[in-house]
Amino acid sequence: MNDRETLSTDVLVIGGGLAGTWAAIAAARKGAAVVLADKGYCGTSGVAATSGPGHWWVAPEQREAAIDKREALSRFGLAERKWMHRIMAETWEQLPTLEGYYGFHSEADGSKYYRGLRGPEYLRALRRQCVDLGVRILDQSPAVELLRHTDGAVAGARLYQRQAHRQLEVRAAGVILATGGTTFLSGLLGSHTNTGDGHLMAAELGAAFSGMEFSSLYCVAQAHTSITRTMIYTFADYFDADGRELDISFFEPHMDRRLAAELLKGPVYCSLRRVPEDIRRDLASISPNVPVSFARRGTDPYRERFEITLHAEGTIRGIGGICIVGAQCETGVPGLYATGDVATRERVAGAISGGGAINAAWALSSGCWSGRAVAQLAKTQGRRDREPVHGSARSGLGGAGRAQISAHEAVAAVQAEILPYDKNIFRTGPKLRDSLDQLERTWTALGAGIAGPDIQKNREAAALTATARWCYRAALDREESRGQQQRVDFPETNPAFASRLLVGGLEQLWTRLEKEAVHD
Amino acid sequence: MIEVILSDRCNACGLCVKACPMNVLDQVFNGTPEIARREDCQSCFMCELYCKEDAIYVAPDCDRRVAVDERQLRASGLLGQFRRDSGWDEWADTHENKHHLMEQVFARAAVAQAAFKHAVDEGKT
Ligand SMILES: Cc1cc2nc3c(=O)[nH]c(=O)nc-3n(C[C@H](O)[C@H](O)[C@H](O)COP(=O)(O)OP(=O)(O)OC[C@H]3O[C@@H](n4cnc5c(N)ncnc54)[C@H](O)[C@@H]3O)c2cc1C
Ligand code: SF4
Ligand code: SF4
Repeated sequence: MNDRETLSTDVLVIGGGLAGTWAAIAAARKGAAVVLADKGYCGTSGVAATSGPGHWWVAPEQREAAIDKREALSRFGLAERKWMHRIMAETWEQLPTLEGYYGFHSEADGSKYYRGLRGPEYLRALRRQCVDLGVRILDQSPAVELLRHTDGAVAGARLYQRQAHRQLEVRAAGVILATGGTTFLSGLLGSHTNTGDGHLMAAELGAAFSGMEFSSLYCVAQAHTSITRTMIYTFADYFDADGRELDISFFEPHMDRRLAAELLKGPVYCSLRRVPEDIRRDLASISPNVPVSFARRGTDPYRERFEITLHAEGTIRGIGGICIVGAQCETGVPGLYATGDVATRERVAGAISGGGAINAAWALSSGCWSGRAVAQLAKTQGRRDREPVHGSARSGLGGAGRAQISAHEAVAAVQAEILPYDKNIFRTGPKLRDSLDQLERTWTALGAGIAGPDIQKNREAAALTATARWCYRAALDREESRGQQQRVDFPETNPAFASRLLVGGLEQLWTRLEKEAVHD
Repeated sequence: MIEVILSDRCNACGLCVKACPMNVLDQVFNGTPEIARREDCQSCFMCELYCKEDAIYVAPDCDRRVAVDERQLRASGLLGQFRRDSGWDEWADTHENKHHLMEQVFARAAVAQAAFKHAVDEGKT
């Protein structure tokens, strides 16, 4: 495209959700020039904007006990106490700085309630804080590839400004990936801008992944809706098609697996009859989208039974992502940092989901650490913006002459392997191998060329395919059950696997237990 | 999915076009935005929150179209409900954000569940 523009800055943040906005804020507070690009709109995009993240908010003297409690719950290792302490400390320090931007509730004793914030208000506050700090926000501007220097360091990114129909090259001293996890467009609320783009872009520069096998969680919603808000389902009673009550409670481990097993047999219905009156009255003021959805469907959830479904959480309330190699969320690629859900959360969550408190604290903290680190990098190393740079995308860029597949077809093919309950939840070696074969075919077809001119959709198709392959390859090679990864053919936890499992590669996939790597 | 934008309410401010995370809408010069890519809609209601005129109706159905009768819709009280209940814009003073209660709801449900389980174990239900 000839009307390509160029921009130069100290820090480029890709993704304007929870992690990206905190990264931009932290970098700007250090005096750096920051550009933040979001695929959608910074303020409504990402899974935090549509929900209401609670943070891991623990007073200093209670932190050891909080970690003990978490470790007793998980028992599966992979997390590190030091990192848990770090996110609790950062969160404790940062949330109150949004005073004046978010209407924090005052408790009866005069203290403020900081730990939980409603999504749209939270992201609006973060955006306003960014704007006040001079962050340049580029909305509707998906990054389509990273740029690299000849020595392999990241140099910036190429954006496609989809409402202006224009490409933009942003050069920066360092790049922070904050593109979120991915649900493979499952229908999970607010997740559809998150298509694994950051995963693919990082891999194209040589980054690896960790914990991708922990990607089999599902979340309940009323059938035909995306309202995966769990709070009200804590009171749910479930019934099969014959009206028999199912003995499934929100508070048991792997309740999504139990529901999935029932859904494989037939429809499942839910009643919220046990919700106390006062909570019914307050629901619209707590989570307004929940009663809005019921009302518009014409459902009275307290009196009638309604059909439910499960939406895949993928790597969002799963755990895996880009492998972190340093304390500031370095990826191993010089100048490239990974934050929030696009990064692995194993260090703070272990093998069970960090949704509910840990993930938000991680997104905030990892964002702040990397924001400060890149601001520092810009000071010490400078922008290098006169040096030549190269694009790094290899797949999903077109080549339509020999096209074998469209983006739409590729996404459908990926979803057919990664979304069905029987394949993703009830994992076995043969099923995973079959799915990997199918995904391999899709990847090869994409490599030959994609039909269609939409560069964003084409790259998304490639990213979803690549990410699905890493998830299933890791799931295949972790021949045990541990936390979220449950193998029907390996139901026991095996001490030989008490280590993080790295996975990577674009054409040729590889895996390696991290512990072995240390002994190399 | 987003079903309709009522053009008599819309003042063509373009905020919904800008704020839609999925880029579903196209700006029309001095006119009501066009629902250009409905198939991309993620049913997130965000456009409604950013529309001060309450001109947009998003159906919660994420995987199928639903028929909407504009006359009934106007009478239903559903337009603008999400923005009002969220306490946005002019509703800030009258519709308190009670998100802070969420944690207590989880805790109460856990207690209720434990009591229920105890009753089952004792053979009382
Ligand atoms: C329903 C729900 C409830 C949750 N509740 C909690 C909770 O109570 N406590 C908790 O700890 N966690 C919770 N979580 C998890 C928490 O919301 C996430 O961990 C957190 O939002 C991660 O932040 P993020 O910035 O990494 O991702 P997101 O907030 O999803 O943001 C990613 C951003 O990247 C953008 N993007 C994607 N691709 C590109 C691209 N190519 N170019 C530019 N931008 C791009 C997206 O548009 C999006 O804005 C919940 C999640 C869900 C789904
Ligand atoms: S936000 Fe509302 S008033 Fe503004 S253009 Fe969109 S529909 Fe029209
Ligand atoms: S519901 Fe969400 S995705 Fe759909 S048009 Fe509105 S803002 Fe866009």
